[in-house]
Amino acid sequence: MTAGTHGSPARRRIHLAAHFPGVNNTTVWADPRSRSQIAFSSFEHLARTAERGLFDFFFLAEGLRLREHKGRIHDLDVVGRPESLTVLSALAAVTERIGLAATVSATFNEPYELARRLASLDHLSGGRAAWNVVTSSDAFTGENFRRGGFLDRAERYTRAAEFVATARELWDSWAPGADGAPGGPRPFAHSGRHFTIAGEFGVDRPPQGHPVVIQAGDSPEGREFAASAADVVFTRHGTLEEGRAFFADVKGRLARYGRRPEDLKIMPGVTFVLGDTAAEAQERAIEIRRRQVSPQNALLTLEQVWGVDLSAYDPDGPLPDIDPDPDPDPTLVQGRVRIGDRLAVAEKWRALSRAKGLSLHQTVIETTGRQSFIGTPAAVAEQLDEFVRTDAADGFILVPHLTPGGLDEFVERVVPLLQERGVFRTEYEGATLRSHLGLPEPARKG
Amino acid sequence: MSARPPACRGPLHLAAAVDLPGAHDAAPFVELARLAEHGALDFVTLGDGFARPGLDALAVLSRVAPATGRVGLVPTVTTTHTEPFHVQAAVATLDWVSHGRAGWTVDVSTTEAEARLFGRRRAAPRDALWREAGEVADVARRLWDSWEDDAEIRDVATGRFVDRDKLHHVDFEGAAFSVRGPSIVPRPPQGHPVVVVDATAEHTRDVAVRYADVALVRAASPALAGAARADLRARATAAGRDPRELRVLAALVVDLGGGEHAAQPGHGGGPHPTAEGPLYRGGPVDLADLIASWHAAGAADGFHLTPVEPRRDLERLVNGTVSLLQHRGLFRTFYPGATLREHLGLTRPANRYAAHAGEAS
Repeated sequence: MTAGTHGSPARRRIHLAAHFPGVNNTTVWADPRSRSQIAFSSFEHLARTAERGLFDFFFLAEGLRLREHKGRIHDLDVVGRPESLTVLSALAAVTERIGLAATVSATFNEPYELARRLASLDHLSGGRAAWNVVTSSDAFTGENFRRGGFLDRAERYTRAAEFVATARELWDSWAPGADGAPGGPRPFAHSGRHFTIAGEFGVDRPPQGHPVVIQAGDSPEGREFAASAADVVFTRHGTLEEGRAFFADVKGRLARYGRRPEDLKIMPGVTFVLGDTAAEAQERAIEIRRRQVSPQNALLTLEQVWGVDLSAYDPDGPLPDIDPDPDPDPTLVQGRVRIGDRLAVAEKWRALSRAKGLSLHQTVIETTGRQSFIGTPAAVAEQLDEFVRTDAADGFILVPHLTPGGLDEFVERVVPLLQERGVFRTEYEGATLRSHLGLPEPARKG
Repeated sequence: MSARPPACRGPLHLAAAVDLPGAHDAAPFVELARLAEHGALDFVTLGDGFARPGLDALAVLSRVAPATGRVGLVPTVTTTHTEPFHVQAAVATLDWVSHGRAGWTVDVSTTEAEARLFGRRRAAPRDALWREAGEVADVARRLWDSWEDDAEIRDVATGRFVDRDKLHHVDFEGAAFSVRGPSIVPRPPQGHPVVVVDATAEHTRDVAVRYADVALVRAASPALAGAARADLRARATAAGRDPRELRVLAALVVDLGGGEHAAQPGHGGGPHPTAEGPLYRGGPVDLADLIASWHAAGAADGFHLTPVEPRRDLERLVNGTVSLLQHRGLFRTFYPGATLREHLGLTRPANRYAAHAGEAS
C-alpha cells in the first residue's frame, strides 16, 4: 500500500491534466460563453489556465476524419480541430512549465517522421512533450491515407508496440556529448515485423530522453501494451470500484516488464461540475447533461449501437425492442468510438432503462456520461483525494464542458483546497513533464 | 507615397532563410525571425528534409509564430514520404496559430538514404517525385477548400454546429494516393496558405506554374532571372492562371562579411554561381544596389536571400541593405496588412466548392 494514512505528511500527490474538449458531445457549444474551438486564443487560454493551476500536462485529441452518420457529416456536435503537434509547438511559446501532450495515431504514421516531430517538440518546449499513442482499425479513416485500408485488431497493437520501441531506438541513437556539448548521430538499424528502417536520426536526444508516452484504450491488448511501454494511462474507468479494479490489474502487470508500480500513472478522464451548494451543483450538472445530449443526438447514438436506422423511434419513448443488427450498416457505426459488443451493450442499456424507468433520451444521457465529480469545491477536492488515497487513480485528466473558460473555476476554487490538504503541488519543482509526473529519466540503450 | 517604384514594376518583396544547422532550441530561430520582422520582410523560410540534421521545420516556425506578429512563416515540408492529409492539416494549423502568416515550401526526397529511414518505398526519379508533389499540392488546396468559410453556423435553434452542405468530400484520386476528405481543420485564415516552389530546375516548373504562389529561381544574372520569370508567367497563363497571382523571387546566397568593401570583383558586382546557388559576396550597400537594379529591370518581383552566416548577415541585411532600400522608397517601412498574402499582394483564393454551390446535390 503506497497511500499514507489520513493526515500523515506522506500523502500521495494527485496528478492533474487538462483535456481540450474535442468534437464529441462534451462541449456545450450553444452556451453563450462558448468560444472558438479552432482559434489559437482558445488553446492559449486553456493551456495557460492549466499552467496557472500547476497541472502536469495539457492534452489534445486527434482527428483523422470527420465523423459521419448515414453517409453525411455529423453536424450536431463541435466539428473541426487543428493538428495537435503544430498547436502544441505554438503553445510552447506561451507557456513555461506545463507538459504538452498530443494524441497521434500509430496506425497512420511512420516511426522516423513521428519520432522526429516529437523530439522536435521536446526540444522546442524544453522537455515538455508527450505522445498519446492511439491505434485505428477502420477502413473509414484509412480512406484519407496512403496506406489506406486498416489493420486487424490484433495487428494494431503489435504495430503500436513496435512503433514505440522503434521511436525509442531513434531517440537513443545519438552519441552522448561530453560535458553538456551536443553529441552526434550514430547509425541505427531496426528490423521488425512492421518496420525495417536504417540510417541516422536527425535530432539530438530529446531533453526528457524520451518524450512521455501515454496510452489510451482498455482492451486486454491495450492494458498489456500500457504495462510494457506507457508512462501514463488515460482511462475511462472513473468510478471508485472500477477504478480500483483497473488500477490493481494494470499495476499488477508491470512487474513482468521489470517496472515498478509508480513507473506508470493511471489517470482517468473525468468531468466536473461545481456549485456553492451540493444541490446547486447537481442542478447545474443535470442542465449540462441535458444540453450536451439533445434528443436528436440521443437517437443518433442509439443508431450507432444498434447499427440500424431508428429514425422512426421517439426519443421520449422506450428503447427499441428490436435487437442490434449483427451485420450493421457500415455508415452507422464508423468514425466514432468503438462501442464493443453491440448486443451486450443493448442488453445493459435496456436493463438500466427498465430499472430506472428511463426514456430512450434519458438512457443515452445516463450511459454516455463519463465519471463526473459534482459538488461544492470542498466536496470535489475530497472526492479526488479519495480516489488517489485509495488506489483508484494516480490523478485525473479533466475535461471541461466549455471552451476555453471551462477550467477557470476549477483552478480558482478546487486547486487551492487540494494544496491545503497537502495533496497537490504549490509550485512546479522541476522543468520537464517527466519531473512533474515523478517519472525517472529513461536509461539510454545501445 | 511620392517615391513610387518605376512603372510596370510591382512592389519589391524580400524574404530570408533562417536555417541554423545544429540549433536545437527555439531561441535563435525566434531571434532571427524577429530581426526579419524588424526589417518588414515578407517572410522567412526554414528548410527541411529527413536525412539532414535539425528540428522539424514546421514545428520550429509554429513555435516562432506567437513570438512574432507580422512576418510570414514558410517551412519546407516534403511530400515523398509524408501523408498528404497530415501535411495539409499541419500547414493549415500553422496558418491558424499564426493568424494567416503561413506558407509551405514544397520539396521532395530523392535519395535512397531518405527512403531507408521509412522503409516503405525505393528512391524514385526526380521527375516522378515532382509529379507526386504536384498531386500533394493539388489535394492540399482542395482540402483547404473542403470547408467553406461560413460552414460553422452554431445554429442553436436547430442544434446544428455546422452546415454540412458547406463541407465537402474531395474524393481525390491521384497516381500515388487517394484522399476522401474533408479536412479535419476548418478553412485556414488565408484560404490557402502561400505555396512556395523552387522552380529553378525544369522538372519543378510544372508544379510551380500550377500550384505555387511564389516561385524561387536561382539565377546568377538579371537576364537569367528575367527569362525564368517570363517563362513561369507564360506557362502559368497557359495553365489557365492569372500570372499576376504568381510572384517570382530571385534566390541568392549572400555573404555580407565583406563589410563595406565592394562586391567580389570579376563578376560585374553580381553573384557568381556555386553548388548552393548564386552567391553574392560583398557589402550591404552594394547588395541594395543589386536588388534595386534587378527589380527595376523586371528580372524578379523580389528576392529570397540565404545568409551564409545567419546572425551576422541577416543583421547586416536588415540594418544595411533593407534600411537603404526603405530610405530610397523602394521597400515598405511597415506592414500595411496582417497576412502573408497581403504582404505579397496576393488575393485570398475563392473557395472552389462555394463557387459551385448551386450545382451541389
